[in-house]
Amino acid sequence: MTTAAAPRGMALRFYRYCWLHYRRNWKGTIVISVANPLLFLIAIGAGLGTLVGSDVAALGGVSYLAFFAPGMLAAASMQNGMIESAFPVSYHRMPGRAYPVAVATPLEPVDVLNGHALFMAVKVVIGAAAFCTVMFAFGVATSPLAALVLPAAALTGFAFAMPVTAWAVTLPDVRPVQTLFKWVVMPLYLFSGTFFATTQLPEAAQHLVALTPLWHGVELCRTLTLGTATWAGSLTHTAYLSAMALAGYLLARRNFRRHLHP
Amino acid sequence: MSDVIAQATGLVKTYPPRDKRAAPFTAVDGIDFTLHRGEAFGFLGPNGAGKSSTMRMLACVSPPTAGTLRVLGLDPATDGRRIRARIGVVPQDDALDTELSVRENLLIYGRYFGLSTDVIDQRATGLLDFAQLSDKAAERVDALSGGMRRRLTIARSLINEPEMLLLDEPTTGLDPQARHVLWDRLFRLKQQGVTLVLTTHYMDEAEQLCDRLVVMDGGKIVAQGSPAELIAAHATREVLELRFGIGEQAAALDKLRQAVTGDRIEELPDRLLWYTAEGDAALAAAHTLGLAPVTALVRRSSLEDVFLALTGRTLVD
Repeated sequence: MTTAAAPRGMALRFYRYCWLHYRRNWKGTIVISVANPLLFLIAIGAGLGTLVGSDVAALGGVSYLAFFAPGMLAAASMQNGMIESAFPVSYHRMPGRAYPVAVATPLEPVDVLNGHALFMAVKVVIGAAAFCTVMFAFGVATSPLAALVLPAAALTGFAFAMPVTAWAVTLPDVRPVQTLFKWVVMPLYLFSGTFFATTQLPEAAQHLVALTPLWHGVELCRTLTLGTATWAGSLTHTAYLSAMALAGYLLARRNFRRHLHP
Repeated sequence: MSDVIAQATGLVKTYPPRDKRAAPFTAVDGIDFTLHRGEAFGFLGPNGAGKSSTMRMLACVSPPTAGTLRVLGLDPATDGRRIRARIGVVPQDDALDTELSVRENLLIYGRYFGLSTDVIDQRATGLLDFAQLSDKAAERVDALSGGMRRRLTIARSLINEPEMLLLDEPTTGLDPQARHVLWDRLFRLKQQGVTLVLTTHYMDEAEQLCDRLVVMDGGKIVAQGSPAELIAAHATREVLELRFGIGEQAAALDKLRQAVTGDRIEELPDRLLWYTAEGDAALAAAHTLGLAPVTALVRRSSLEDVFLALTGRTLVD
């Protein structure tokens, strides 16, 4: 059901609910969304990474920590985007939960989507900002371009959050979400150039990896941090991730309407 | 007519099939009704009769597939927001955020309607008093009993001072005492001029609360009127319930149907129902026929009996 003129601030009404709900639930996600990536950064980047010489050609002449940190930032942001979307959306859309309640008031399904998407974006930015702070403290940023790595990481997270939101609102229960994390998030995490340069992979696999969204996020974040970014490369990565976010958002608009006002 | 608050003509709701091989499912199959301001109107019927689908269309959270629907004089297809701003909804599953406090649930809901915190606070105090929950305001919802939660859901639905309140199975799952408390609250609302629309599969609830009602079955309206009218048209003044020993019911039924003319006799798995003007006289007649029921009960007929007469089935299957 559509209404021609949407009153202002409708989405913010649901956004405020998200914060109130989060105030009671933050303990459940703070470890996985903020603490885990930082522990990885320290243990793998600053710990295990010292065993890798900085003269390794595939790393592009930087220390393993400098190579790994921006990749980890992108991967963590992807995971945050998915954690902020998959679980809450599939939870809130159940009968008796927040979505059906909100769409029985003057809010339309699209208001609920916009409000929740804004909350996801803010959470993804907060997670990425926490990581960036520690990453910069390690002194890995060697270029003024590194100032752009926060929006790049946030875009990476949001690009995953939107299609996952569109999908999660159609789920009858939360089980497929666990499957998503096992079979999609983990492989992307491991093979999209986060932990090692994808040039180490067989050529066929490299082409495959270059199609995955996380690879674009990793490349974008890494080249900005290390100052090796090119206009062509950065625009391609940004366009890819933006298109993914937009397509996901448009699909979510349709799915929210179909599933919340059936 | 200004006193009409909602009107449906030829209203249909068809849900798309779950998968490609299945057929679409028609939950509401062309119904007409008119709701008047200030009345209490009931949709009565078994599970799957189409009551909840009808309520969802009235609540403007589900667009009709066909037919016309006007709520508060507006078209839900284009004015969903404006209609929903002026009605209240009490879903069957309460739909409270159990991790938030009682007052926070009201705050959230009030914000959805664009009310300021001051207005919400002020109304919440009155509503919690009305719902007899004033001393629970700061408690988390998961600490409340089922009856308290339902009263909180009703309080929440009133935060926007609705003109019409939609209640889906308002007392399902409540114990008898909680149910009576709830009926009392709903009766007060009606006294204050709020139009009540409710679904139920309980006949006593419909008799208690509804001025008028429709009986639904299989997506259609099979009867309508006041509870008393329906009973007069589709039942008798009294009912004699007879239970027999195992294996004796069929023979007793044969005997009764041969001997009794005029009165209707229904067979249920565990008992016979004899619809009659005078239950005691009927029982005496049964004894004269040589029948020896294990138990015999004379009672006033109810909407349950109306439903049985109309559909041949009991209401709560």
